[in-house]
Amino acid sequence: MNLPIYLDNNATTPMDPRVLDAMLPYFNSKFGNAASRNHPFGWVAEEAVDYAREQVAQLIGANEKEIIFTSGATESDNLAIKGVFEMYKEKGNHIITCTTEHKAVLDTCKHLEKLGAEVTYLPVKSDGLVDLELLANTITDKTILVAIMYGNNEIGVVQPVREIADLAHKHGALFFTDATQAVGKIPVDVIKDGIDLMAFSAHKMYGPKGVGGLYVRRKNPRVKVTAQMDGGGHERGMRSGTLNVPGIVGLGKACELCRLEMDEEAKRLSALRDKLESSLTVLEESYVNGNVNHRLPHVANISFKYVEGEGLMMAMKDLAVSSGSACTSASLEPSYVLKSLGLSDDLAHSSIRFGLGRFTTEEEVDFAVEQTKNAVNHLRNLSPLWEMFKEGIDLDKIEWAEH
Amino acid sequence: MNKVYLDNAATTPLDKEVLKEMYYVMENQFGNPSSIHAHGREVRTIVEKARKTVSGLLGASPSEIFFTSGGTEADNTAIRCGITDMNISHAITSPIEHHAVVHTLEAMEKSGFIKLSFVNVDDKGNINLDHLEELLKNNERSFVSLMHANNEIGTLTNIHKVGELCEQYNAIFHCDTVQTMGHYRHDTSKLKVHFLVGAAHKLHGPKGAGFLYINHKVKIKPMIFGGAQERNMRGGTENVYGIVGLAKALELAYSEMNAHQEYIQGLKSYMIQRLQDEVPGIRFNGEIDPEKSLYTVLNVSFPEMDMADMLLFNLDISGISASGGSACSSGSNIGSHVLAGIGADPARPSVRFSFSKMNTREEVDYAVEQIKALIG
Repeated sequence: MNLPIYLDNNATTPMDPRVLDAMLPYFNSKFGNAASRNHPFGWVAEEAVDYAREQVAQLIGANEKEIIFTSGATESDNLAIKGVFEMYKEKGNHIITCTTEHKAVLDTCKHLEKLGAEVTYLPVKSDGLVDLELLANTITDKTILVAIMYGNNEIGVVQPVREIADLAHKHGALFFTDATQAVGKIPVDVIKDGIDLMAFSAHKMYGPKGVGGLYVRRKNPRVKVTAQMDGGGHERGMRSGTLNVPGIVGLGKACELCRLEMDEEAKRLSALRDKLESSLTVLEESYVNGNVNHRLPHVANISFKYVEGEGLMMAMKDLAVSSGSACTSASLEPSYVLKSLGLSDDLAHSSIRFGLGRFTTEEEVDFAVEQTKNAVNHLRNLSPLWEMFKEGIDLDKIEWAEH
Repeated sequence: MNKVYLDNAATTPLDKEVLKEMYYVMENQFGNPSSIHAHGREVRTIVEKARKTVSGLLGASPSEIFFTSGGTEADNTAIRCGITDMNISHAITSPIEHHAVVHTLEAMEKSGFIKLSFVNVDDKGNINLDHLEELLKNNERSFVSLMHANNEIGTLTNIHKVGELCEQYNAIFHCDTVQTMGHYRHDTSKLKVHFLVGAAHKLHGPKGAGFLYINHKVKIKPMIFGGAQERNMRGGTENVYGIVGLAKALELAYSEMNAHQEYIQGLKSYMIQRLQDEVPGIRFNGEIDPEKSLYTVLNVSFPEMDMADMLLFNLDISGISASGGSACSSGSNIGSHVLAGIGADPARPSVRFSFSKMNTREEVDYAVEQIKALIG
């Protein structure tokens, strides 16, 4: 067992060696520019891109013409939201999203507000799910886009995407979902789920960094987005720039592996996750965040009350885990996702996200449980708050004296 | 000889040493640079080391280098954010810029952000600097976007002069250096430029990685939102292995630049010489004087022929990979906007041959023989 143990597979995943093998020839002999139309170097590259497009489409139930390759999910999120805002401004300027979205969605929406968009940030229920009734009451004829993620990156909660899509469509709005955490992990089908646009990324499903995609529906309805990067008119004019051929090949292979192995992997990982979770929640005052019935199979987000999160992470030095999204982990702010569920700053601070992955073993999970338990117990033994709690003092009702 | 690749302006083969470094990262160092645990910190260090390498080679500060997904993204960021965040309402470019520049500026014009002026170019693709000055003088503060070397015909622009003119008129200067990065030394401490652009795959690095140099004197906001990456300038998990490959490729290019330049210019001059001597009616589009022309690009104008459309096809059958123009628009049936921009005779078929350090004199000989056989 190699230490530290990597349990942060929501931040990024190790590349599957089979993916790397598939990519290698496209670094070496098959190095052509997929847009070169006059010679075999270009054709070979284009063929590889087309094949990858099919592999991606097959995983999500799409047609290969509906896949736009990008540099990753963040770019896809930006392209989808800004692209729809520009393309459909005749219809309206209202966008609905929710408070637990990834920064790539929230920051893009905030940017659009400066350009005249009206954005509603729906609160979520305490289990992390969107309140469908509230959503129904928020949609108006001016709503052009409902942007709700598929599976949450911090707590793993899976939203009722079909119901959300139906509500959006009833009012003539499009439905965009950031499915970065869900694609490849659980069955995602753009037709069954009623998705109009969908962002995803290779490096969250054992593929390479620097490549992702945007699904853009081509019929019922035909969805269009305004390009956010102009140039050679690649990707049917929606995204210019020389295609990252090896990266795209890697994304395709990663999708294929996920399609073939998802069922078994999800079963294995949810069993391991449940074992980790039930072993840790025997600790007093520990709470699982997010709805446990509608959740990605490989994620557990647990709060350990009366323990300071950063101290906890330091005490668990052999575990690579996170207290929230990697994209915001440099900041000391408590997770805005957990705060949206109604957690106090303190509790949000003492929460750990465990993200299991394809290469996680049972031995590693057992080790993680032991180290986490020891760390929590150790820190609580040092904590005056924990002592007070054990003495039966209700800490929430204490009035602290000012010094 | 089975296959001769003479389309290095479209993309270059990856250098083996570059791949070696990338491969190690791909296999062993998969962390997310934003993660604060060991897996993350380790790759954060790799990314910052790469930034230091790139900035060092360009005489820039690491805080002026921003990694992107490639040249197109870097050009778009410079143009879109440069214009909107600095409240500029007039832009100047040339009719022979890359589509990543022209189409982006045209989109900005269409959206009402700017008035767009085109500086005159002569029949070899040289910028008319007097006209540029006139445009700078007669308009409000301008955003100037001019490339260092044209990707189709190789004509070089004196960007030191352009930079000085821009400074004189308080203009912002964006220079698309995609074709010359790693081929010439760009020293940002001397060059009066606000934005420079690099794409790794044009200099034996990987596709999907590039960078934007932003002079510390200008401040722009991000184009891609979501996350604090690249010091809040570019959201998205960093393409770590791509960035490693980019830095290594640029490092190699700089370490062997003079030798490569001499070698590649030798191939090009040799091809020019042979074609001139042995193919009647041959001409060249753009400058061919080594002082005025990018040493990797040679655009050949062939005499009128019945099977003009088939020329590239036939070259390909003979095992020679070349291009009719930019790969980025080679799928379209519309002729090259660059050749149209310099007033090239549309009846004469044109082929761009572009070289790299990996080509040989034998390959040039082979190409010339095939050309002679095809049009003889």
